[in-house]
Amino acid sequence: MLKIENLQVKLEEEDKQILKGVTLEVPAGAVHAIMGPNGSGKSTLSYVLSGRDGYEVTGGAAELEGEDLLELEPEERAAAGLFLAFQYPVEIPGVGNMTFLRTALNAQRKSRGEEELSAADFLKLIREKAKSLKIDAEMLKRSVNVGFSGGEKKRNEILQMAMLEPKMCVLDETDSGLDVDAMKLVAEGVNALRSEGRSFLVITHYQRLLDHIKPDVVHIMADGRIVKSGGPELALEVENNGYADILEEVA
Amino acid sequence: MALPKAKADATEARLANLTLPSGGADWAQSARQDALSRLSAMGLPGARDEYWRFTRPDTLNSPAPEQAALFQNDEKPLFEEIERLKIVFRDGVLDRASSDDFELEGLEIETLGDATAKDIHWAKDVFGVLETRGQTPVHRPFGALNTAFATEGLVIRATGNVTKPVSLIYRHEDENSDAMLHLVIKVEQGASLTVLENGPAAARWNKSMEVEVADAGSFHHIRAQGRDHERVAVTHIFARIGAQSLFKSFTLTANGRMTRNEAFIEMAGDEGIAHIAGAALGDGTFHHDDTVFITHDAVACESRQVFKKVLRNGAVGTFQGKILVKEGAQKTDGYQISQSLLLDEDAQFLAKPELEIYADDVACSHGSTSGAIDEDALFYLRARGVPLKQAQDLLTLAFLAEAIEEIEDEAIADDIVERLDGWLSRRS
Repeated sequence: MLKIENLQVKLEEEDKQILKGVTLEVPAGAVHAIMGPNGSGKSTLSYVLSGRDGYEVTGGAAELEGEDLLELEPEERAAAGLFLAFQYPVEIPGVGNMTFLRTALNAQRKSRGEEELSAADFLKLIREKAKSLKIDAEMLKRSVNVGFSGGEKKRNEILQMAMLEPKMCVLDETDSGLDVDAMKLVAEGVNALRSEGRSFLVITHYQRLLDHIKPDVVHIMADGRIVKSGGPELALEVENNGYADILEEVA
Repeated sequence: MALPKAKADATEARLANLTLPSGGADWAQSARQDALSRLSAMGLPGARDEYWRFTRPDTLNSPAPEQAALFQNDEKPLFEEIERLKIVFRDGVLDRASSDDFELEGLEIETLGDATAKDIHWAKDVFGVLETRGQTPVHRPFGALNTAFATEGLVIRATGNVTKPVSLIYRHEDENSDAMLHLVIKVEQGASLTVLENGPAAARWNKSMEVEVADAGSFHHIRAQGRDHERVAVTHIFARIGAQSLFKSFTLTANGRMTRNEAFIEMAGDEGIAHIAGAALGDGTFHHDDTVFITHDAVACESRQVFKKVLRNGAVGTFQGKILVKEGAQKTDGYQISQSLLLDEDAQFLAKPELEIYADDVACSHGSTSGAIDEDALFYLRARGVPLKQAQDLLTLAFLAEAIEEIEDEAIADDIVERLDGWLSRRS
């Protein structure tokens, strides 16, 4: 599904190499996790994949189902099936949550040559999805993320994911700022979306999210590279011993 | 004090071809004569006047207007679906044949000519009177010019709850028209009235609207100033509103070479509410000026000024807004916001927000910002699949939302949003 090969990225504004050759492949239906200490380049990876400005790719490649992601505009990547759940979802005053989602969904459908969803069908769909994430009508009516609590913002991200039905979901520290109950709710939302044709890349600092979203493979990232990959037990190792041991071991 | 020579000359040149209308009743003739005297004393605005620092008055001052090409478009007319009483003006001249009959329950409409010919008329207490009040502390010479010389106009009185809006449709058909129009409006105690205005009106347009809203009356005003690119306009609202009354005015300006919209609102009775809002869209040769002065002269009144401008490609927006809270106007709630969204580096926004407060128990806030489209929001929308242009338009509409929200009637607001949407989608 997602194939990243020797990806090298530096900041556009300053001469600072952040990713120094990331190689990673997430097969269809798989859940991979990336863990790593602060500053290891995890969030940069998610931004570069989704097409945010400010980064310069200096080498390597990233493909989604064989399509070169790095050549596409952010909206084209979304239409191709990539979804980034933001670490810090953006507040957009004046744009209603419903309008936002409907615009996004129909824009994606249109670019794929599919029919746009009617207002009635959209309403039915969103009510159903919102309910399972405990998002009430009031939240749907408000401006995008404006006045939402940290948990509400993250639930709203998962709602968007559920509505847009992407193939490849990148979750950037979705657990940050969540209490245990909120994390469980978010994890349930993610698990409900797991399917054969959909893959996940879960970026996190902590193992606890992975208790709820069970990964197939765990990668450890440090200093702009994947330094170690393994099964779920790798996450437990990090939880128990911290990153220091692993980093020493691979050094 | 004598006027500086340049100013006196310019004023004289402008007045040379104008003659005071005749045939009015004594009260009307003396109101016009007084206005002319006021104008002669203050002179027309000059480029060095403090109140005209951001806006050059040349095109509005000159003896004759510059030619303004007619703008052809196939857009559906505004407010088409709204049930309303339609009154059509062509280059500022009433077209009775194209208008509906002036008949609606709770409403009296006369032409300015008919009303000012009557010896006894309620308009005597409004015509030129509110404009005169608006000349202090700042001169508004084009208001005086209008009172003195406008022959076209309407005198409108609401005595009850008028169910349909009065819709003034301004057609621009002559490339050289120089039109003045004067509206005198009175909303009686407990009555309510909505006035819609739309259209580019004339090559050069000077419109003045005096509005008296009695206690517990309500007045809604929504206007769209047409899409002609080359027209110039100066407009005034002079309003005085009573206790527990409501005054709401919204203006959409898309295009137009030069627009100066002035509003002078006096809150004369306790617990009145006055909101004035504007959305302006400019691309290229566009200068748009909102000059607003709201006086709180009673207890527990609420005023809001909400002005948003979207500017690109050399367009200039200006805002001069003042809240004056007089001594004794306690419990005043005043709010003022002026913001611009600059879509490129060439656009410019100049703002002068002012508060002057002589009471000690008031809440007044004001803010003014100028900025580009929020990059984070833009990326967020694109990351969800919304194409760049559509995302920009969505954020631009969001920027304007606070001003649009000042329109109470949903159908009218939808019409305005559709117009904004169209304007944005025609630009790449």
